[in-house]
Amino acid sequence: MDKDIRNEGWSSGLAKGRRWAGIGWSLLFLLVPVLGVATFAVAPVYDVWLPKDVSEHGRSIDSLFYFILVLTGVVFIATEVLLFWFMWKYDAAASAKPATYIHGSHALEVVWTIIPAATMLFLAIYQMNTWADVKMRRPRIAPSAEVVARQFEWRIRYPGRDGTLGTTDDLFVVNDLHVPIDEDFLVQLKSMDVLHSFFLPNLRIKQDAVPGMKQPVWFKATEAGSYDIVCAEICGWGHYKMKGRVTVESRADFDLWLERLEAEQEATQPAPEPATVAAD
Amino acid sequence: MSTVTQPQASPLDASTHDARHGKPGPGSMSLSTFLSTYVFSRDHKVIGLQFLFSTLVWFLIGGLLALAVRWQVAWPWSDVPVLGKLFAQEGGQMAPEFYTMLFTMHASVMIFLVIIPILAGAFGNFLIPLMIGADDMAFPTLNMLGYWFMWPAFVFFGASFFVEGGAAAGGWTSYPPLSTNPHSAPGSGMGQTLWLLGLTMVGVSSMLGSVNYMTTIILMRAPGMTMFRLPMTIWAMLITAILQAFALPVLTAAGFMQLTDRVIGTGFFTPEGNIINNAAATVGGGQPLLWQHLFWFYSHPAVYIMILPAMGMVSDILTTFARKPLFGYRPMVYSIAGIAGLGFIVWGHHMFVSGMNPALGITFMVATMMIALPSAVKTFNWLGTIWGGRIHYATAMLFALSFVSMFIIGGLSGIFMAATPVDIFIHDTYFIVAHFHYVLFAGTAMGVWAGIYFWFPKMFGRTMNEFWGKVHFFLTFIFLNGTFFTMHILGAVGFPRRLADAYHYETFHHLQPLNAFMTWCAIGMVSCQIIFVINFFWSMFYGPIAGRNPWNSNTLEWTAPSPPGHGNFDFQPVVYRGPYEYSVPGCEKDHLMQTDPPHPAEAAAAAAAHA
Repeated sequence: MDKDIRNEGWSSGLAKGRRWAGIGWSLLFLLVPVLGVATFAVAPVYDVWLPKDVSEHGRSIDSLFYFILVLTGVVFIATEVLLFWFMWKYDAAASAKPATYIHGSHALEVVWTIIPAATMLFLAIYQMNTWADVKMRRPRIAPSAEVVARQFEWRIRYPGRDGTLGTTDDLFVVNDLHVPIDEDFLVQLKSMDVLHSFFLPNLRIKQDAVPGMKQPVWFKATEAGSYDIVCAEICGWGHYKMKGRVTVESRADFDLWLERLEAEQEATQPAPEPATVAAD
Repeated sequence: MSTVTQPQASPLDASTHDARHGKPGPGSMSLSTFLSTYVFSRDHKVIGLQFLFSTLVWFLIGGLLALAVRWQVAWPWSDVPVLGKLFAQEGGQMAPEFYTMLFTMHASVMIFLVIIPILAGAFGNFLIPLMIGADDMAFPTLNMLGYWFMWPAFVFFGASFFVEGGAAAGGWTSYPPLSTNPHSAPGSGMGQTLWLLGLTMVGVSSMLGSVNYMTTIILMRAPGMTMFRLPMTIWAMLITAILQAFALPVLTAAGFMQLTDRVIGTGFFTPEGNIINNAAATVGGGQPLLWQHLFWFYSHPAVYIMILPAMGMVSDILTTFARKPLFGYRPMVYSIAGIAGLGFIVWGHHMFVSGMNPALGITFMVATMMIALPSAVKTFNWLGTIWGGRIHYATAMLFALSFVSMFIIGGLSGIFMAATPVDIFIHDTYFIVAHFHYVLFAGTAMGVWAGIYFWFPKMFGRTMNEFWGKVHFFLTFIFLNGTFFTMHILGAVGFPRRLADAYHYETFHHLQPLNAFMTWCAIGMVSCQIIFVINFFWSMFYGPIAGRNPWNSNTLEWTAPSPPGHGNFDFQPVVYRGPYEYSVPGCEKDHLMQTDPPHPAEAAAAAAAHA
C-alpha cells in the first residue's frame, strides 16, 4: 500500500468549524418555514390568491385545497423546524460529544410509515366524491352549449329555440359565453385543430379539448358577473391570447341576450339555410 | 460468498486493460494517445468527466433560456437586454412563437441534456466502479459509445434553433396534434423532427448506460461488497438504471410513431378531419391521448430517474458530515425501490383533465397518493440521520441539507396536484411549475452541487474553495427560493404556464410586479453561478491538494488515489462492513472505512446496539 493511503482529513472541510457559523447556517434554514408561511399568509392580503369562486362545486374544491394546505403546512413547519433544530443543536462546534452510534429504529420506521399511509389513504377517499361531482355525475340535461376550441378562439354554439344542437336555428358566437345563474349548464367541448384547455378560473373548471373527442363539462354558476375564459394547454404561438369571457346573468337577461343574438343572426341571413351539417 | 466476484478473475479485464487506454507516460503523448486517453476514452472516469463538462455547458445554455423565458413573463414585449441581440428576431423584442420555443427548449435541454445525463452519465459513470471497488465498467466500449451518442443529440437540439421555423415549440411534452402537424406552429416543422431525433439519441445513450450500470453493479463488486453493503448512491444508481431500461423503450417507440406521423404520414396520433390553420382536413383515425399515455409512461418514471440518484448521493454526504450511520439503511433502500415500483403506475396523474376517463383518474390518484409514502420515509430517515450527529458545515453538506429542506417542499406540493379535484384548478398553472422546480432544481440540482463539491477532490485531486463554495450556496439558496417559492401563490391565482403575456386577463393583470420580483431573483440565481464556474476551474488547477480521503469518509472510492489512476485502485479492496460506520464507540478514530480490517470495538458496539 501507498503511504498516503491513510491520508485523511486533509481538507479544511472537517476542521473544527466556528459555532457562529453553525448558528448562521441553521438560522438560514429556519428562514424556509418562516418566510414560507409568511408568503402564504401575506398573499391573500395582496389578492394573490384563489380567484373568487362563483360555482357550486368550487366550494368543495377550495375546501379541499385549504384542507391539504393545512395538512401539508403542519408537516412542512414540523419537518423544517426539526431540520433547523438538529442543525443548531448537533453542530460539531457546539459540543465535544461524539455522534450517537445508531443505525435506525424499527419502531420509528413503523410509526412514520403507518401515519402518512393512513393520512394519504384518508385523503384519497375523502376527495373522491368531489371528483365524481365535477367529472363523473353529469347532469341529465341536453347540452346547453357547444364550445369548439380552435387556434386561437372559442367558437360557441347555442342550441336555439328547439333546444337541440346541430339544427338550423343554432346560434353562434365567438369568445362570449353567457350562462344563466343557478342552473346546471352542460357544455359539449370539442377542438377543431390541436389540444386546448377550457379553463374558467372563477368557476374552478378546467378540461382539455381534444380533437376527435367530445368532452362534457358542467357547472352551476352562483354569482352574476363577467369572468375570464383562459386556454390552459399550449396550442401554438397565439396561445396567450386565446381569451374569452363568460357572463353569468339572470335567466331573464340570458333569454334576452339569446333573443338579441337570434335577431342579429336572422338579420344577417337573407333566407334560412337548408339544414346545416352538424359539426359532430 | 457467492455474490462476490474477483475483479482480477473477470474475463472482461484482459480486453479492457490494454496499453492504449492507459495513462500515457510523461512526454510520450502522441496524437493518437491523446485521443484515446482524453477523447475516445474507455476509462469510466474520463467518460464521467466528459459527461460532467458537457452537461454543465448545457446547464448554462438551459439557464440562459430560462432567463429569456422569465424576461418575457415579467416584462412582456419589452426589448430583451443582451440576449435579445443574440436570438430574438424583431429588434430586441420577443415574438410569441419565439417564446413558446424558449420554454420548450429550456425544459428539453434541462431534462434530456442536463439532469438525466449529469446524474447517470457523469456521477453514475464516475462513481459506480469506484464505490463498488471495480477497476472499470463491465462494458467500457459501450460506455464510451454511451457518451458519444449524446453528441448527435447535442447537434440535433443545437441545430434546431437555426432551422426554418426555429426549434420545437410544442412544449417539452410535444403533445400532438400541435407537434405532429407542421401547419399548427412554426416550430412544428423541421425543429420538431430534430427534437424527436435528439430525443432518440438521448434514449440510446441512456439505454447503453443502464445496461452497463446494472451489469457492473451486479457482477463486479469487490470481495465482501454484498448488496446490503452498497452505499445509497449505488443503490439509487442501480434502481434508476432498472427504471430507465424498462420505461425508456416505450418513449423510443412513441418517438418513432410521432416521427412517422410527421414524415411518412401515418396517423397514430392524428384524428380524422382535423382542420388546422385552414389547411386541408387531416386523414387519420388516431388518438392524441395515446401519445400522452405513452409519453408519460416513460416521463413519469423519468421524474424519479431525475431525483433518485441525487437522493442516494445526498444520503452519503449527510452521513459523512454528520459523522453518523445512515438512519434506517434498509428502509431507505426499500423506499427507493418502492418509489421506482409505484413510479410505473402513476403516469396518469399528468392527465387528470386531459379527457382520460375520470374513473381511471381515481385509480391513478390513489397510486399517486401512495407514492408520497416512500418519499416521506426517506425524508424522516434523513432527519434521523442528522439527529444526534456531529455536523460539519462543509459546502457539500450545506447543499445536501438544502436538498432535504427543498425536497420537503417539492414533495408536499405534490399532494395538492395528486388530489384530483384540486388539480382541476391548479393543473397547468404555476403551482405545477413551482412543484417540479422544487424537485428538479432545488432538489436535484442542489444534490448535484453537493455531489460536485463532495467528489471534486476525487475527480481532480484538489478540493474546491470552501469560502466561495459557501458564498455560492448562500446566494443560490436565497435566489432559488425567491424565484420558485413565489410560484406557489402565483399558481393559487391560477396563473397559467406557457403564456407569453397573461396580463390582459382580468384575473391575472395584477401579477406583473410579483413576476418581476421572481425574474430579478432568477437573474441573481444564474449570475451567482459565475462564482461556481470560477471556483470550479480555479480549484481544478490551484486548489489545495486533497489526500485520498479529505472528508474522512468510509466508502471505497476514498481508498483510491485522488484522482484515481487507470484501473482505479492500487491495491485490491476487500470490504468488511457497510458504508456508514461512523463514530463507532470505543474506536480510536470516528469512522471505520469499508476496507478497514475488523475492529474489536465494532463487535462490542454492534452487540450493545442490538441488545
